[in-house]
Amino acid sequence: MSVLVLAEHDNASLKPATLNAVAAAQALGGELHVLVAGANCRPAAEAAAKIKGVAKVLLADDPVLAHPLAEDLAPLVVKLAESYSHVFAPTTTAGKNVMPRAAALLDVAQISDITAVVAADTFVRPIYAGNALATVQSKDKVKLITVRGTAFPAVPAEGGSAAIEATAVPGSAGLSTYKGAELSKSERPELTAARIVISGGRGMQSGDNFHLLDKIADKLHAAVGASRAAVDAGFVPNEYQVGQTGKIVAPDLYIAVGISGAIQHLAGMKDSKVIVAINKDEEAPIFQVADYGIVGDLFKILPELEAELAKQVK
Amino acid sequence: MKVLVAVKRVIDFNVKIRVKADKTGVETANVKMSMNPFDEIGVEEAIRLKEKGVATEIVAISLGAQPCQETIRTALAMGADRGIHVLTDAELQPLAVAKLLKAVVAKEQPSVVILGKQAIDDDCNQTGQMLAALLGWSQGTFASKIAIADGKATVTREVDGGLETVELKLPMVITTDLRLNEPRYASLPNIMKAKKKPIEQMTPEALGVDPAPRLATLRVDEPPKRQGGKKVASAAELVEKLRTEARVI
Repeated sequence: MSVLVLAEHDNASLKPATLNAVAAAQALGGELHVLVAGANCRPAAEAAAKIKGVAKVLLADDPVLAHPLAEDLAPLVVKLAESYSHVFAPTTTAGKNVMPRAAALLDVAQISDITAVVAADTFVRPIYAGNALATVQSKDKVKLITVRGTAFPAVPAEGGSAAIEATAVPGSAGLSTYKGAELSKSERPELTAARIVISGGRGMQSGDNFHLLDKIADKLHAAVGASRAAVDAGFVPNEYQVGQTGKIVAPDLYIAVGISGAIQHLAGMKDSKVIVAINKDEEAPIFQVADYGIVGDLFKILPELEAELAKQVK
Repeated sequence: MKVLVAVKRVIDFNVKIRVKADKTGVETANVKMSMNPFDEIGVEEAIRLKEKGVATEIVAISLGAQPCQETIRTALAMGADRGIHVLTDAELQPLAVAKLLKAVVAKEQPSVVILGKQAIDDDCNQTGQMLAALLGWSQGTFASKIAIADGKATVTREVDGGLETVELKLPMVITTDLRLNEPRYASLPNIMKAKKKPIEQMTPEALGVDPAPRLATLRVDEPPKRQGGKKVASAAELVEKLRTEARVI
């Protein structure tokens, strides 16, 4: 049995989510290969070769895959899948885009966002915004799986020395063209990889007020997130969204500010190690999951918190 | 140009779901059901395409047991022109839904199929991508903006790092993300009018599709509960507790 992991990367380097997907794949115990598909992506492949436990890296380097579109990438995954029992990818927007397309072409089910590997054919995945956990069994010849990163601690990025082998890329499907991207530039850690996350909700009242969170994030080297309500209200862009339909995070510390704690938000953060809630409504459901709650006006508490951090944390 | 929009009947997003005592699934008896929120966005987008003169006809389709008709009626009340109901009591998983939709697409020949990016019950996020694969069409997933002209679409997609824009050949499959639009409420006159709009019923057998599930659900459990509820009085106490008790900063 050998398993393939689809690496998430920007051609120059690997995204941390790859290491979580490798961790899930390792739980099966077969020979583990990583596919790095892109254009001029050898640096990413070299990084993948260093991941502990990886036996081989497949390098699919072709201008067609400069910005991997699902229409062009799925045929490659389909071609390779025949040699593997399982194909894993991180549950990212890229993984979610291509894996179901590849699965349908293979006429197999896709198993979304697993949080545990029970057996080679049996996996646990959250449903209903994480309010239930389904244990599902697949009898398909090859299992295509996306992996919830927060459920599998990253494997070490160093310590391996896998061989890199080139693999041919089927030509472009000619259905879609990449036109451009507007990516947020931030000095802060990525939401899904940050050790500390501070998020704002509708209680922040405006996008401008998010600078109150930025100041605290800077002190704690934290990422800044938001509830769906704050995104819906136009305070911040969608990539800030933590929740069932946004990003799933599980940092050591999650600070929810002005967030009531709707089911769909809790789905995105309730596996955090320590949760802090700041909300003026003491009945807010967020307090039921918070390890430490402060009831009060966030506009008064945030500056105090910033001052206390300056005083108490070096 | 015809638009097919798929709508799923799910437990309302406000309902706190309960896992059944025998762990076979989630309690659905006597629970409020609604259209999947992302599918509402899909219906709204189809209506806006028609209002702009890009689309000429909107067909709303739902798959499942008899009450799915209510969900189709909701789409008709919002502004869809007619409905299709694929009637089955079987459990439908994304691959089966994609195959059934493909069979309907063969009959209806739409230029665009719009689906929600994810249903809030099974949280799969698969069906649109699978349908595009089976049809050999382009896919604009997690769309926050769509512009259609000259047989092509420019689609802005919500991706992890921000936004990505792609150009897609028609016909295409779109899956909706939150910021694509804000769905309208159906007016009372439109709800009345919707009652007269036709809904055609068909079966998986008639469409020649075997909808048997590929994944067996062995059990459904409740997630572990968090012990929360502790309060602190001030920012000073919070920082102190985070340092010395929780040791996370």
